[in-house]
Amino acid sequence: MIANYGYKDGSGDWFISIDTDKCAKCEDKPCVEACPRDMFYVFTDDWDDEVVGVVEEKRKKVKFECMPCTKLEVRPCVKACKPGAITFSF
Amino acid sequence: MAEQQQKEYWRWTESRWHNKDIDWKKADMITAGIDVGSVSSQAVIMVDGELYAYSNTRTGSNSPDSAIKAAKMALDGTGMSIDDIHYTVGTGYGRVNVPFANRAITEIACHARGANYMYGPTVRTVLDMGGQDCKAIHCDEKGKVTSFLMNDKCAAGTGRGMEVFADLLGVPITEVGDLSLQVDEEPEPVSSTCVVFAKSEASALLRAGWPKEKVLAAYCSAMAHRVVTLLEKINVEKDFAITGGIAKNKGVVVRLEKELGLKALEPRYDTQIAGALGGALFAMGLLRKQRAKK
Repeated sequence: MIANYGYKDGSGDWFISIDTDKCAKCEDKPCVEACPRDMFYVFTDDWDDEVVGVVEEKRKKVKFECMPCTKLEVRPCVKACKPGAITFSF
Repeated sequence: MAEQQQKEYWRWTESRWHNKDIDWKKADMITAGIDVGSVSSQAVIMVDGELYAYSNTRTGSNSPDSAIKAAKMALDGTGMSIDDIHYTVGTGYGRVNVPFANRAITEIACHARGANYMYGPTVRTVLDMGGQDCKAIHCDEKGKVTSFLMNDKCAAGTGRGMEVFADLLGVPITEVGDLSLQVDEEPEPVSSTCVVFAKSEASALLRAGWPKEKVLAAYCSAMAHRVVTLLEKINVEKDFAITGGIAKNKGVVVRLEKELGLKALEPRYDTQIAGALGGALFAMGLLRKQRAKK
């Protein structure tokens, strides 16, 4: 499943997409530790898979929380994610 | 002082239904799905995999009470009590606050599953236009979510937005859709990114002499445009189905279909019960699993 966290507002699209099928197979989920803003957490989804999601209270602040990392060549979470499950719309 | 009459145009009526031909006392599996949403709450009761009863009520200020109220309303006149239900799944915003639920499942999963039952296995794209959010869901033939997107950051494209407009124009919410289609020429849409801005734009248009139906048309098309941009993010595929309260508003549905170039399936049940129905379907699977373990 592709889970899109974030929103669309007058300034554009601000989404973090997580491919949970890839994510469920990854055991150590290093993206959680790699994020300097603690955006991610591990939870059991509706189909009983252990996957990563974006922390509830940060879903409406994606633009601001993730903006500092857009200046980097590769985002730390994307770099850490071995199966390549994380993508950004911005 | 003269008494002022205050009408609440946004108010919609609560409803319930049950299938009198089913005898639940002989049933092996009685499951329920309770969807406690931000504006409305629904309860769906299934007996041996068949839709038995449902209710559609307003959510109050207390989630547990709203859940109980919805369940009691669905069971009204059936002779069944909440204790007779074997397995209950809670869903929606208040899902963790359903006191008699065995498990909570997100509304995204429940809506896809419910739409799969309501519209058949050919449904691939489900758009749920709820009270305070809007969900675009892509699912497979079993009703399992393959991609989803939820907009709950702003009220644009939600039922609440429509209620605001019904109130502003003094048009009962159930008549908004039909009235908005009574225009000779489609006006330019109002702001599609914010209900507050859309409302002030609409006020200005009214002052400029626009008739009600034209303003409603401008808002309905803004709403349609808003959800289309959300839908585009999840790869729209047919068949396409709309659930939630706005599915009952023809003004939005027609404009949405036009912009998307895709016809939405005709609903066979109350579109607002999709989430609760999905919950009751999940409950069946979970009950089977629970019994197999014993």
